[in-house]
Amino acid sequence: MCTSIVEIVDAEGAGKGSDGWFKVSHAVVSYDHPHHALLEDAISLDFVNHAQGPGARAAVELTLDSAKALKAALERAIAAAEYEESGRRRPIAA
Amino acid sequence: MAYEGMIAESVTINGHNNEPITAYMARPLGPGPFPSVVLIHHLPGWSEWYREATRRFAHHGYAAISHNLYHRVGQGNADDVAAKARAEGGVADAQVIGDTEGAVQWIKAQSYTTDKVGVIGSCSGGRQAFLYACHTKSIDAVIDLWGGRVVQEADDRPEKQPVPPIDFTKNLSCPLLGLFGNEDRAPSPEQVDMHEAELKKHGKSYEFHRYDGAGHGFFYYHRPMYRVEQAQDGWEKVFAFFKKHLGG
Repeated sequence: MCTSIVEIVDAEGAGKGSDGWFKVSHAVVSYDHPHHALLEDAISLDFVNHAQGPGARAAVELTLDSAKALKAALERAIAAAEYEESGRRRPIAA
Repeated sequence: MAYEGMIAESVTINGHNNEPITAYMARPLGPGPFPSVVLIHHLPGWSEWYREATRRFAHHGYAAISHNLYHRVGQGNADDVAAKARAEGGVADAQVIGDTEGAVQWIKAQSYTTDKVGVIGSCSGGRQAFLYACHTKSIDAVIDLWGGRVVQEADDRPEKQPVPPIDFTKNLSCPLLGLFGNEDRAPSPEQVDMHEAELKKHGKSYEFHRYDGAGHGFFYYHRPMYRVEQAQDGWEKVFAFFKKHLGG
């Protein structure tokens, strides 16, 4: 590896790979050479189940700016979801 | 024009600890004997580009072999296997050295090869080619194409790559060719300077060529980093270097 930037977290859910849906066990976030995106380095998100072999993978390769925008969108969506889950109603936008 | 032909096929060789690993080899048809080239694939995996590069060396008169450093990671699409290898922190340096020695010994044992062997790698494979050349006396030339992390930062000592290859420079056993882009970050020009200073310090035989207008991976015609002028010149230097040290 040229950067050694890899973060791995446990993940519970499902991903859709080349052979259909599979149970996700981990999410891998890295910044290194992409396979397909026309970039020298990219933020790669791999949703995988390593117990099922290398093919159990749903992958995206993003520019750094796209990854930042995704992070912000995730934070907004998670905040809204947690508010929803708290049993309260969201205020109606003016 | 004389008749031309080559054979290219996958084979199984003995790698580190005599464990079987897959490899892809190509050679000109005919009895030879041909000098040999061992190719160490890059971080993005045992990919189509490396198949093509293997056949390219065969086209130029070499028996060439590219072994699969990710064999133990699992089987499948090269991208998926490489992603899994990345998640596992890459492959261990000791294992790479053992696998590469296996590929060198396999190709040397063939009836159609001379006793001359060169090793070439790009990206992580460039680092590993240099590292291997510092741990063997089995080869006659080595080429490092923009290998990142020959110099590793003080906080970059992962379990699988515990010692920066630059620390083994004194043990380099054969002539080295290095090709680098001056716009690369890994290795940066400053890191290439550090490596060159270490080579000079130990009186090693080396040629470094540094290209303006190029960054990392400038041979890869399918990537935006491709630089046709620098790549053409670089390939000429690769073939001239191997011809000088391996024949062919």
